[in-house]
Amino acid sequence: MTQHAEPAVTSPPAPGLKDTDGRSAERSMIVRLLARPDVGVFLGAVAVYVFFLIAAPPVRDASSMANILYQSSTLGIVTVPVALLMIGGEFDLSAGVGVITSALTASMTAYQLSMNVWVGVIAALIASLAIGFFNGWMVVKTGLPSFLVTLGSFLILQGVNLAVTKLVTGNVATDDISTMDGFDQAKKVFASSFDIGGVQVKITVFWWLLFAAIATWVLLRTKYGNWIFAVGGNRESARAVGVPVAFTKISLFMLVGVGAWFVGMHQLFSFNTVQSGEGVGIELIYISGAVIGGCLLTGGAGSAIGPVFGAFMFGMVQQGIVYAGWNPDWFKAFLGVMLLGAVLINLWVQRTATRR
Amino acid sequence: MTTNETGTHGAVLADRAPEKDSPVVELRNAGKAYGNIRALHGVSLTVHPGQVTCVLGDNGAGKSTLIKIISGLHQHTEGEFLVDGEPVRFSTPREALDKGIATVYQDLAVVPLMPVWRNFFLGSEMTKGPWPLRRLDIERMKKTADHELREMGIVLDDLEQPIGTLSGGQRQCVAIARAVYFGARVLILDEPTAALGVKQSGVVLKYVAAARDRGLGVIFITHNPHHAYMVGDHFSVLRLGTMELSAERSQITLEELTNHMAGGAELAALKHELSQVRGVDVEELPEEADLTAPVAVTKEAAS
Repeated sequence: MTQHAEPAVTSPPAPGLKDTDGRSAERSMIVRLLARPDVGVFLGAVAVYVFFLIAAPPVRDASSMANILYQSSTLGIVTVPVALLMIGGEFDLSAGVGVITSALTASMTAYQLSMNVWVGVIAALIASLAIGFFNGWMVVKTGLPSFLVTLGSFLILQGVNLAVTKLVTGNVATDDISTMDGFDQAKKVFASSFDIGGVQVKITVFWWLLFAAIATWVLLRTKYGNWIFAVGGNRESARAVGVPVAFTKISLFMLVGVGAWFVGMHQLFSFNTVQSGEGVGIELIYISGAVIGGCLLTGGAGSAIGPVFGAFMFGMVQQGIVYAGWNPDWFKAFLGVMLLGAVLINLWVQRTATRR
Repeated sequence: MTTNETGTHGAVLADRAPEKDSPVVELRNAGKAYGNIRALHGVSLTVHPGQVTCVLGDNGAGKSTLIKIISGLHQHTEGEFLVDGEPVRFSTPREALDKGIATVYQDLAVVPLMPVWRNFFLGSEMTKGPWPLRRLDIERMKKTADHELREMGIVLDDLEQPIGTLSGGQRQCVAIARAVYFGARVLILDEPTAALGVKQSGVVLKYVAAARDRGLGVIFITHNPHHAYMVGDHFSVLRLGTMELSAERSQITLEELTNHMAGGAELAALKHELSQVRGVDVEELPEEADLTAPVAVTKEAAS
């Protein structure tokens, strides 16, 4: 038996341009659309909206709608970066109390130092970025799950919020800053309203939609967006092909800090004071909003537009229950049912639609 | 449809004669010691453009150490390592990559949930526009990815499909095409057929051949002599960290290669043991004399 032949395998002929491998049948447009998680949550949001249109007649008012959108926006502004972070494969449990930390920092810095409120606003931004950096740095450097790291910072911030506020002001709330320099200006940016066709719409609604639009563009059309998917989808592979994993993850945590800062500023300039014990439990609403919005809890898939509908569903339910005249205690129960329902529907739709 | 064209589908490959004289990568008596353990010793290997150099060996034979030296993950501690005739010593994989030495690892470095074209360009994305609006040049990337994959003979219906939906063989091929596109002159394939079925292995071997025909030097690491023999131009068998065999294709048959790979004398001992066990047919196994037949044994084996 001799095999002194030339190598047996030759290179394949280059196929023509029109050829396909012919193994995947074209799936219909509807099935393909349904396979997109953000379409699923959009339909869910429509369903909840229609439900309350019928169950709660006051919802039909334009002003109620503005109110619902406002409620959604205060959740949604943080949900957007939380969703990006989740696509990047991490969570942040400290985002809820981070909002309050930010507001407290701004308020106390400005009041105690008797400075222009913008000094406080900048100080708060720095504090929020620092918290984000700390979370991200710990996660990247130690390799610990972000659940543990941010659970730690959640507890730390919760304690610090209360203790430092009491230490500085002798009270659980901060002092009223509404008469300080720059307050009106800052209020215009963070907490003003617009008149649209006789309906007062809060500025946060516009910020929310703007942030979501920017996030969508970044996610789908930039290098950085590509990296977010990559570090969430397979961290080791991303590193092997030259994606700066540490930079991507840390900056995502810092973006959540920016979201928390923005909502913190909104709360400060709408209510003039901050209650230091608030914000606990809100982080889970952000995370639920991102999950309902079709972001994969384990990272690597999702969108920035889905969480917009996720936050809208929450705002809708929260206000809808009030308009329907039900006991608001039902809110959380409703949320839980919605979360499970949305996740199950997403799962079912994806399994049916992506099956070949 | 009536045409007078001859029935050649697709492109005709350029008829280039590979310059077999000057090796791109050459190891001369290279070795590597981890502390007092000599993982690799006295290994000589040359990689020519347009040729496939197969490195065979059982588990623990030193294959991994060898590719780690060439791909820049480790440094050799003895002998010489030359690229284009110049002695080199890489301290990171990036340096090897800059010299055009790309490694396709078994786990492939792809992100399963991302579309094929995003995976193809991951880490080296094409962009357009000034900074604040600098964005991915999706059109160009998709077109380039499609073109490159077709050049390698890989046709996919939809570059938007997540790469995780491709078969293992197809994923290997995309990884190979990616390495080729990003300027690799030498391709190191770490057991590309190890986890694949027969058909898929065939697909991967075809693309190994395609890479070879595009003028790349290929280092094909495997423990399957049959796969190696299908594409190889030169065969090196490693055993316990040394070169047991280094032979041109014309000097060796598949049978001899298989025997060397299997460990020659050790297999004879195994045959003896197995013959004690009832129900094992040892008639078909080669005789001890065949197994120990010296085939182009290198000097290093004597050291």
